[in-house]
Amino acid sequence: MTTTHVAVGSRPHSAEAQPGENYLNCSHGLKSWLLTLDHKRIGVMYLIATLGSFLLGGIFALLVRTEHLTAGKTIMDADTYNQMFTLHGAVMVFLFIIPAIPAAFGNFVLPIMLGAKDVAFPRLNLASFYFWIAGAVLAVVSIAINAPDTGWTFYTPYSTSTATSVIPVVFGVFILGFSSIFTGLNFIVTIHKLRPKEMGWFQMPLFLWGLYATALIQILATPVLAITLLLLILERSLGIGIFDPALGGDPVLFQHFFWFYSHPAVYIMILPAMGIISELITTYSHKHIFSYRFIAYSSVAIAIFGFLVWGHHMFTSGQSSLLSMIFSAITFSVAIPSAIKVFNWVVTMYKGSIDLKTPMWYALIFIWVFSIGGLTGIFLGTLSVDVHLHDTYFVVAHFHYVMFGGTVMALLGGLHHWWPKMFGRMYNERWAQVATFLVFVGFNLTFFTQFVMGSRGMPRRYYMYPEEFTNWHVASTWGSYIMAAGFVLTAIYLLRSLAKGPIAPMNPWGGATLEWQTTSPPPHYNFDGDPPKTGDPYDFDRVKYDPETGSYYHEPLRG
Amino acid sequence: MTAHSAAHAEHPPHLAHHFETPVQQFESGKLGMWLFLGTELLMFGGLFCAYAIYRANHPDIFLYAHQFLDKKLGGINTVVLICSSLTMAWAVRAAQLGQRALLVLMLLLTLACAGGFMGIKYVEYKAKFEHGLLPGTHYVAQTDHGHGGDHAAPGHEAAAGEAAAPHAAAGDAHATPAEGDAVAHEMAADEAAAHALEVTPTPPVSAADAPKIGRAAAAPGTFRPGPEPTTDGHGPAAVPANPQIFFGIYFAMTGLHGFHVLAGMIVITWLLVLSLRGTFGPDYFTPVDLVGLYWHIVDLIWIFLFPLLYLIH
Repeated sequence: MTTTHVAVGSRPHSAEAQPGENYLNCSHGLKSWLLTLDHKRIGVMYLIATLGSFLLGGIFALLVRTEHLTAGKTIMDADTYNQMFTLHGAVMVFLFIIPAIPAAFGNFVLPIMLGAKDVAFPRLNLASFYFWIAGAVLAVVSIAINAPDTGWTFYTPYSTSTATSVIPVVFGVFILGFSSIFTGLNFIVTIHKLRPKEMGWFQMPLFLWGLYATALIQILATPVLAITLLLLILERSLGIGIFDPALGGDPVLFQHFFWFYSHPAVYIMILPAMGIISELITTYSHKHIFSYRFIAYSSVAIAIFGFLVWGHHMFTSGQSSLLSMIFSAITFSVAIPSAIKVFNWVVTMYKGSIDLKTPMWYALIFIWVFSIGGLTGIFLGTLSVDVHLHDTYFVVAHFHYVMFGGTVMALLGGLHHWWPKMFGRMYNERWAQVATFLVFVGFNLTFFTQFVMGSRGMPRRYYMYPEEFTNWHVASTWGSYIMAAGFVLTAIYLLRSLAKGPIAPMNPWGGATLEWQTTSPPPHYNFDGDPPKTGDPYDFDRVKYDPETGSYYHEPLRG
Repeated sequence: MTAHSAAHAEHPPHLAHHFETPVQQFESGKLGMWLFLGTELLMFGGLFCAYAIYRANHPDIFLYAHQFLDKKLGGINTVVLICSSLTMAWAVRAAQLGQRALLVLMLLLTLACAGGFMGIKYVEYKAKFEHGLLPGTHYVAQTDHGHGGDHAAPGHEAAAGEAAAPHAAAGDAHATPAEGDAVAHEMAADEAAAHALEVTPTPPVSAADAPKIGRAAAAPGTFRPGPEPTTDGHGPAAVPANPQIFFGIYFAMTGLHGFHVLAGMIVITWLLVLSLRGTFGPDYFTPVDLVGLYWHIVDLIWIFLFPLLYLIH
């Protein structure tokens, strides 16, 4: 392997950058960003774009919650309400939570963690970003024309009979699918072909296992969504009748097709988040991850199980009871790899030297909240209980505990963890912890109340509700306001740190993986000269603190 | 990258900066292409799945409606595409060996075959459009109860002549009486089975719901129950309810495939331009190789589509 690295180092265009030069300032102007092939810049553009979508989806969410302050009409009529929850779901799922972690952090970190200069196909990577932009534009156009009101699932016959502009948003999602496929394809090829020879599969950081498992799902499931959405567009525009019973079609077939993608898509959302948590727990415990192989295998196991459980969304759609039982049983078994991860994270912390920085707080919140979300998933996977809880706020609370409490908390943890690396500045730790507290309290107030309402029979997506639910709804809405305050605070101190934050050292947290062994922010080619040799990715014995620079550093690899 | 582009002269011209060797770059491209082809198969997989479900639920529809497809033209198209795969594979070899003239010739032949395929497809589509053999609400009931007749299936004379596949001419007016009866039997049985399973048909949608299409005016409403099934298997072959389902699947599958052929023609044209410039040789033939893989998949999908749609039995 030495020879290969010598070859890289000897190439003039990878010569050491000027002192102080990094990927942010090595070239200037809007064009140098919009046409960049640098995975780090593409990652940053994705970060801005997906967080922008998060803001948009969040505004829709706040409007929905505000509407529920009273049992009757509060601020909008029923049709607008239908549009608002549809847009909240569609924007959050397709524009934010599916792409956010892989496309933003994955793009930024994956090649650096491998010691590579870029992903395998930089042009495809940029194209994938513009596919995302095109999909997002179409979705926004549909909002401008006449926002869809079908729910984010576009179930037939809602989506074939509504007068709202379903086709632009569905076509937008179709294009977003390509963005997702190309990102996944790029990551798989990068991990296979650009991984240094001395880094075996089990010497990869666990975040890469999470991204790899995610990419497998993106490749295998998204094409099925693509054809489903094409058929839906044909159904709506030409009336081909494939989902229309009046023409001999089958509306439940749409649900099967849709969930064949969209259930695995749930794991597209959570697997990279779990990868981040594995990194955070071990880094802030300054202790080797417990049971590396089980965590790595469990990511792949979740990806595989994820393909075999879609029918649990259709327990009440007239599916045969034998099929429902099989889907229910497989659904339960997803709990096994998920629990393996949770137990291993907890054991990693045991006797670790825990540093309660903001990312670690988010990791702890993740474990707590994700466990609630996961265990309530077992309730819903139980056939008899699901008949009662189907389409109630219990389901809404469950998937928000997993998607929001899981993925978004991990995303926030990752954002704080890699922020100094991405932008070279430290944020204010105290304000960060205040914001974390607000988000945690607000989140639980918003969604725990919904578990209660759901178990008492409050159906989801309803505009009005019986008076008895008023207090719960009001509490939930206030929770969402507290959470919003936490996010606004987060945005303020993060943006402020860009201008006024202290300069970040190379390794402020004591991370052991390769991205902490290059400058903050990294140079254009990720490392000045050859990337350091890698061995065990979590060898914290080599990571020492230097009080003079306030940074950790790696002792040279022995042997 | 712009800052560093001057240094590119130092290493092989086609090696991107982030790869260490041309072999690594080639292998990455190849793996990427195979993954992409995997996604293509899964995308078509959705349609094959829909095909399997509807054919299992309504075998009578498929048996009836497939007669309106032109087996002769479909067969010719299959041969044309297989030939184009041969010329494409030959083009890859020519690129690897640096035989520029041969490479250009083979790419041209591949393009010609692809164009021929699309031309024949156009003729087939045109006939379907003219006779109202269209999906969903656009379908026009066929007055001749599936006997093809002289206008609905232009290729039937030829089909009747195909002694090698007597049943391929199912329901054809020119088929021998014995064959016709056999088919009628088969269809009646299927019909009865289908009706036994089926829920009462949905009432016709009001005329206002049926979109404009002038042709549909001939058949008011969108639901078209066929005549009562003939249980004895004689008399006119039964027209099953909802034959338009078949055409929905036919157009979705062949349309998506045709779109892929068009996309292939565009990239082959791009290869042709590059070949004329002499870009490819023993050191660099990755694009030809990868487009070749893509083209073979497009061919392969058609090889499955042809029997599934044209040769139903």
